[in-house]
Amino acid sequence: MTRKAWTKGLAASWIVALAACGGGGNGGAGEDTGGEAGAAAGGDAAAPAVDPATAATIRGVVTYEGVSPTMTEIDMSEEPVCAEKYPTDRPMTEQVVSADGRLANAFVYVKEGLAGEWPAPAEPAALDQVGCRYDPHILGLQAGQTLLITNSDAVLHNINTQPTANRGFNISQPQAGMVSHREFSRAEVMIPVKCDVHGWMHAFLGIVDHPYHAVSLADGTFEIASLPPGTYTIEAWHEVYGTMSQEVIVGDSETAEVAFAYSADMASADVPMAEPLVLTHGPDDGHEAAHGAGNAGADR
Amino acid sequence: MAAERARALITVGLAAVATSVAVPPGVAAQDAERGKIVYGSWCVECHGIEGRGDGSAASWMLPRPRDFVQALYQIRTTANGQLPTDADLLRVLQFGMAGTAMPAWPNLSETEREDVIAYIKTFSPFFEDTLPEPMDFGSDPGGGAAALGAGAEAYRNLECWKCHGDAGRGDGQSAPTLEDWRDLPIRAADLTEPWAFNGGMGVEEIHKRFLTGLDGTPMPTYSDALESGIVTADDLWYLAHYVHSLSSGSAPKVNELIAARRVDDSLPGSLDDPVWDAVEPSYVPLVGQVIEAPRQLSPTVDGAWVRALHDGQELALLVTWNDPSESPDPAWDEWQARIARTLPTDGRAASLNRPMNDGFALQFPPAVLESMERPYFLMGDARKPVYLWHWDSDAGLSEMRARGLGELEPLGAGELTGTAAWDDGRWRLMIRRPLATEHAAVLAFQEGEAIPIGLFAWDGSSGEDASRGSISGWYFIYLEEPRSASVYVIPLLAALATGIFGFAAAARAQRRLEPAVEPAEQTA
Repeated sequence: MTRKAWTKGLAASWIVALAACGGGGNGGAGEDTGGEAGAAAGGDAAAPAVDPATAATIRGVVTYEGVSPTMTEIDMSEEPVCAEKYPTDRPMTEQVVSADGRLANAFVYVKEGLAGEWPAPAEPAALDQVGCRYDPHILGLQAGQTLLITNSDAVLHNINTQPTANRGFNISQPQAGMVSHREFSRAEVMIPVKCDVHGWMHAFLGIVDHPYHAVSLADGTFEIASLPPGTYTIEAWHEVYGTMSQEVIVGDSETAEVAFAYSADMASADVPMAEPLVLTHGPDDGHEAAHGAGNAGADR
Repeated sequence: MAAERARALITVGLAAVATSVAVPPGVAAQDAERGKIVYGSWCVECHGIEGRGDGSAASWMLPRPRDFVQALYQIRTTANGQLPTDADLLRVLQFGMAGTAMPAWPNLSETEREDVIAYIKTFSPFFEDTLPEPMDFGSDPGGGAAALGAGAEAYRNLECWKCHGDAGRGDGQSAPTLEDWRDLPIRAADLTEPWAFNGGMGVEEIHKRFLTGLDGTPMPTYSDALESGIVTADDLWYLAHYVHSLSSGSAPKVNELIAARRVDDSLPGSLDDPVWDAVEPSYVPLVGQVIEAPRQLSPTVDGAWVRALHDGQELALLVTWNDPSESPDPAWDEWQARIARTLPTDGRAASLNRPMNDGFALQFPPAVLESMERPYFLMGDARKPVYLWHWDSDAGLSEMRARGLGELEPLGAGELTGTAAWDDGRWRLMIRRPLATEHAAVLAFQEGEAIPIGLFAWDGSSGEDASRGSISGWYFIYLEEPRSASVYVIPLLAALATGIFGFAAAARAQRRLEPAVEPAEQTA
């Protein structure tokens, strides 16, 4: 596994706690592919202690105001193997999923306020390719956590990740059932994923240093549980409407309710992505890490 | 083998330690400081002051120059997503990146190359804590007919054709939508023109690309497929042999002279006439037209093959060139729009947003020259016009007089006949014309004369027409006399072979001139 050697080298400098945790078991899945998003994890003995008696929860809803953009049907005629998987429901674009003023597929995570190091969950985060689409469309996972990529289609897919703060990869999966494993060593919100064979296939990975992340469901709701009580900056990221953040205080055993209110006029061509890695030293001081000015309309 | 690898690793390791890890900033690196001077002299115009691949010349280039900050290097011996070794970077300086604007740098000393590599690495934080490690590529089980069969099967099963096309000409169904890591349009490689492969055209080099992928491009790694047992190590080698077999395996030799053999039998009557198979084609490289606005530095068509025959009465030409799109094709509309957004259009972006046809033209002087002075190579000028065969994929063939690029005037001489067809990413155009003519502005072909000829090509799906397209400059066509005339022609050619065009010559200088066969034609 020479491929992983370098990744681990990078990881070592960032995730110091990794070695300390050793084979320390699992703290529950850090996955948030649906259901009780991101609720688990964090219970590992080697992680910063979160007393179950005082653990807090942040939950809320992502709303959307304004005319909902029309989702368009994806033309899969060039790929019959995939087109056949939609006998009734037509495959639609996934950038905006909104019903009743609720916005799905927003990545919600603790941006600031956590102290300590969380070991990566032993459980992998799963990204599937089925019917020439990614499942899920938005996936959160932890730096150092294994990303398990499966091709469930009997066609060639390539999984082309385009990070800026991590090294990316571009894997060919020419057969159904093929599985690949990778990991990212650094936090990065978000990493675009695309399939070059099928230009309509896009996904985004949110990589964070801890298990406190979630993705808003079809009804706009999300939940981040098992948090140490404290004061946090919670950020929501959406691929069309950008980022919003707010400060949340949760006391012992409390559940804080948070709402992120997006609106149609926040749509922006310049959705903020992770900042590139910055040189710790270099011959010139001119290397700046600026990556766009962020999304002023959506940033609070 | 292992010892060699170990030595290479140690060398790479020492170099990396010396240049980017152990040495503190400021002192860093004596050699990186020297490399900065080299960079400022030779690299900065394209790669930019900050190494982001955004130098003053960059916007004309497709693909764009390497961004040393993001450090996605296509040509490596390291695994997918990894940084290149110093040896990988040195290779690029030594050989250049064929098919791109990156030349080889024979003018740089070994020390200067090492220095500039040390400097280039300082642009990226990824080099600060990473030691690139070459992959194990295994060993070639060898080629042969069975290997080629297995390779062809792998080409189908691994769905290489999705991007590269059934015949390998970069015309697969996914080709129009491909983008590089900067979201700029990028071509699927034309596998029948391996002299434009960025990382070299040998079997071993092709094989390396399968395992490493071409980072920053849509070309993925097949290492995972290998580890998963979906493809065997031998199959990937056979695939490399197969890709290699799609051409002669060497760059076509460029002659200034296109010979039209004289035949006693009848001239070929169609594109598929087997008579053509016996005619040696001449390869004419084409480059983007950058002299007059609107320009095109990164055109689609980079060469054409010309076959010529005559029977003393009539001249017959078969011209073939690779173009992945049969324009206009709605599947390429978005590609056309993206090209217009990506490359400078000299203010013409709006007018490129329409269905555009493919085109080709052959220019001649209006009469056999009495002196050495040919018309201006860009379709002549007001003083000295050219006589032109103009072909449009919709309107067909017509005879023109031109007094400058795009200054076309139909002659209505009506002496041309011809036919064209597009298959699997290649145009074939056959043209016939009587040698003699009554028309004053029309060239009367004469046997035993070296007659100047120049080629132009346009890909409508890349927004090419008029001055935006590919050009060749002047070559010569020679209609063989009944008896051999080589005794006159060879000295004449020697005299003319110099001074064609600076940039064309520079581009050609990169290519190793090896015995010509005819790569593109063997795939049919």
